Amino acid sequence: MNLDFSDDQKALQDQVRRFLAERCTSAAVRRIVESDETHDRDLYAGLAEMGVLGAAIPEAYGGVGLSKLELCLFAEELGRVIAPVPVSSSIYLAAEFLLLAGSEAQKTSWLPKLAAGEIVGTFALTEGTGRTTPDKVKASVRNGRLTGTKVAVPDGAAADLAVVAARHGTGEGADGISLYLVDLRGPGVERTVLTTLDPSRKAATFTFKDAPAERLGGEGDGWHVAGQVMDRAAILLAFEQVGGSDRALEMARDYALDRMAFGRPIGSFQAIKHMLADMYVSATLARSNCYYAAWALSTDAAELPVAAATARVSATQSFQHCAKNNIQTHGGMGFTWAFDCHLYYRRSNALALSLGSLSTWESLLIERLRGGNAAVA
Amino acid sequence: MDFEDSPEEAAFRAQVRAWIKANAPRHLEAELKTAGFADNGIRSTDPLAACRDWQRKKYEAGWACLHWPKEYGGGGYQPIQRVIFGQEEGIYASLSGPFGIGQGMCGPTLMAWAAEEHKQRYLPPLASGEEIWCQLFSEPASGSDLAGLRTRAEPAADGSGDWIINGQKIWTSGAHRSEFGLLITRTDPSVPKHKGLTMFFLDMRSPGVEVRPIKQANGQSEFNEVYFTDVRIPDSQRLGAVGQGWEVSLTTLMNERLSIGSGMSLGFPELFAFCMEAEIDGRPAVDDSAVRSRLATYAVRQSGLKYTGMRAITALSKGQTPGPENSIGKLVAGAAMQELAMFALDLQGAAGVEMGDDQPLQGRFQKMLMRSPATRIEGGSDEILRNIIGERVLGLPGDVRVDKTVAFRDIPTSGRQKA
Repeated sequence: MNLDFSDDQKALQDQVRRFLAERCTSAAVRRIVESDETHDRDLYAGLAEMGVLGAAIPEAYGGVGLSKLELCLFAEELGRVIAPVPVSSSIYLAAEFLLLAGSEAQKTSWLPKLAAGEIVGTFALTEGTGRTTPDKVKASVRNGRLTGTKVAVPDGAAADLAVVAARHGTGEGADGISLYLVDLRGPGVERTVLTTLDPSRKAATFTFKDAPAERLGGEGDGWHVAGQVMDRAAILLAFEQVGGSDRALEMARDYALDRMAFGRPIGSFQAIKHMLADMYVSATLARSNCYYAAWALSTDAAELPVAAATARVSATQSFQHCAKNNIQTHGGMGFTWAFDCHLYYRRSNALALSLGSLSTWESLLIERLRGGNAAVA
Repeated sequence: MDFEDSPEEAAFRAQVRAWIKANAPRHLEAELKTAGFADNGIRSTDPLAACRDWQRKKYEAGWACLHWPKEYGGGGYQPIQRVIFGQEEGIYASLSGPFGIGQGMCGPTLMAWAAEEHKQRYLPPLASGEEIWCQLFSEPASGSDLAGLRTRAEPAADGSGDWIINGQKIWTSGAHRSEFGLLITRTDPSVPKHKGLTMFFLDMRSPGVEVRPIKQANGQSEFNEVYFTDVRIPDSQRLGAVGQGWEVSLTTLMNERLSIGSGMSLGFPELFAFCMEAEIDGRPAVDDSAVRSRLATYAVRQSGLKYTGMRAITALSKGQTPGPENSIGKLVAGAAMQELAMFALDLQGAAGVEMGDDQPLQGRFQKMLMRSPATRIEGGSDEILRNIIGERVLGLPGDVRVDKTVAFRDIPTSGRQKA
């Protein structure tokens, strides 16, 4: 039995933590939040240089060739400091799409650039409000040209390359969906940067009109491949959420030790203490579920779909719980712009909606348990 | 990461598995599967005798109290080996129920505090199941505030050095079948409450000990009240110094939370199976999005506890002490059991009100509903567990205690409030 990361993996995690402590301070996050900058380019370049971006990309494609386990731990660190960089869109999603479904030529031309941070990738799926089901995908490709609209594309402001889910013909349902690579700097692409809950990572809406699009993977495989990649990305996002949970809990704990009221530290009041204990419980459950999912991800286990949904539901609940009660613990100060509590609250709620909202993953988890690809216990 | 045994663990597991296969009381397996709360399911023979038979068999083969030193009747094994034995013992582990408190809490306390000859006298029969022990701590007026206990121990007037006990304990599991008990008393009411306590052990058949079963809110009787009227205990049965009882009790309680918190079931698989069968508007309940949301919430709690346990086993396997994350077990499980039972009954509708074996899953959810309030209280209430997490894990300061430096006899109580 070994449900833990190795000492070597933890040492790498520690390096990344120290790097981020220095380079991704509150001031650095706020610079992005309070400006039109799409992301922290210096930080992103630094992460590329450290090998964080290329960690799980094979060396043949310009990566470092470590495993998904290292990437999980790096994700935790990025989440802990709510890093204002597009790692999840570019690496957990775009690079994973290329690795899973890309042709040799596509992998060779794009993966080294993603690993080096030279370009930013993303995944464009959603077209409107509500849970995305196959019938809601209307964007379509004719003769290698994409037309349609994609909304709230994560890191859309920073992205150079998108994997787009679109219809390849008139067929309806999931089988009519394929994936396409679209150069967002090319013709036929109109980008509108959005004002969102979490301006530390800027989303955008894209209107495509006859934009050149190259198919990624087999015709009609789009929905299936997207599901596989989203499961994998969900695990990495869950690690970001666990990192964020831990940091929000630490902030609340530190404030509860420091802040005096009625002649004593507020952390000595059970109302505060018990709230923090419950945050610890949520964060611990999420972390344990994430370790299970990390195992499934790194071994490509049959349980991966259940493990991914479990980790995602648990970590979403945990980060939302910890971030909102971090504000509550801080009282009025927690609702000021000057304190960082709102940055975590923003990130926790934006992540909860990213890649399928909580209710979507809850439903997926139950469908999968029912399908019986893991023991119900 | 993997879920595999190390080669040494695999060899140990194979050895255990072979022994269990050859020795377990397999004729009881079907009955054990019908177990409920306070009931091991055995009907074909005396339930306690069945427990003692299995315990003795384990003891004779060196498989009882695996983590205890061999000289006291234990197995001298590593913590990870104890975990493996428990996994392999499976359903037969429920036959250890009557010995749990004695072996899990009283034994370690004796090990830490008793005189050598007492350890040699009492620990082996405790390990073998021949003698059962109970823990006499809680009182009607002191539950979470254990140090507020009032059972008095006073030196005997005859100058023998013996102690005379008067008072009452409550919530004592298994007192009616126990040979011995671990008893915490107040020896000095003139000093602050934590300083005036002294620990003893006693023969439960001593004159003046009276055990009365408590009829619980759910109608069952798992616990007792124990009354002490001029009960005489020799000074040689004192554990620790006079006034050191609080320190001694912490040894016991530390072990209590370890043993109760591990591997608790929330009843999720049963709820899931039920939601596949039950219908809402002619469709399986599990198709309903509100049902799915609730189920998912329980699923991730169950799974989170399971893998938190596996992280602890990982630490043991590496020869390390598990981290504080295990303290969440009972806190999560107790609340979840209660919510889950209410939810299952909600799906049963008006018919769910009936308690009976012909209800879905033999009325398991009705029984869970009625037992779960106790889980949230026994062995450290939800509130005490949150204090422990807050103070010992997160490092928050203790609450202000108005009674900490006051002589015990001057502390206001429910019947004796200050004006």
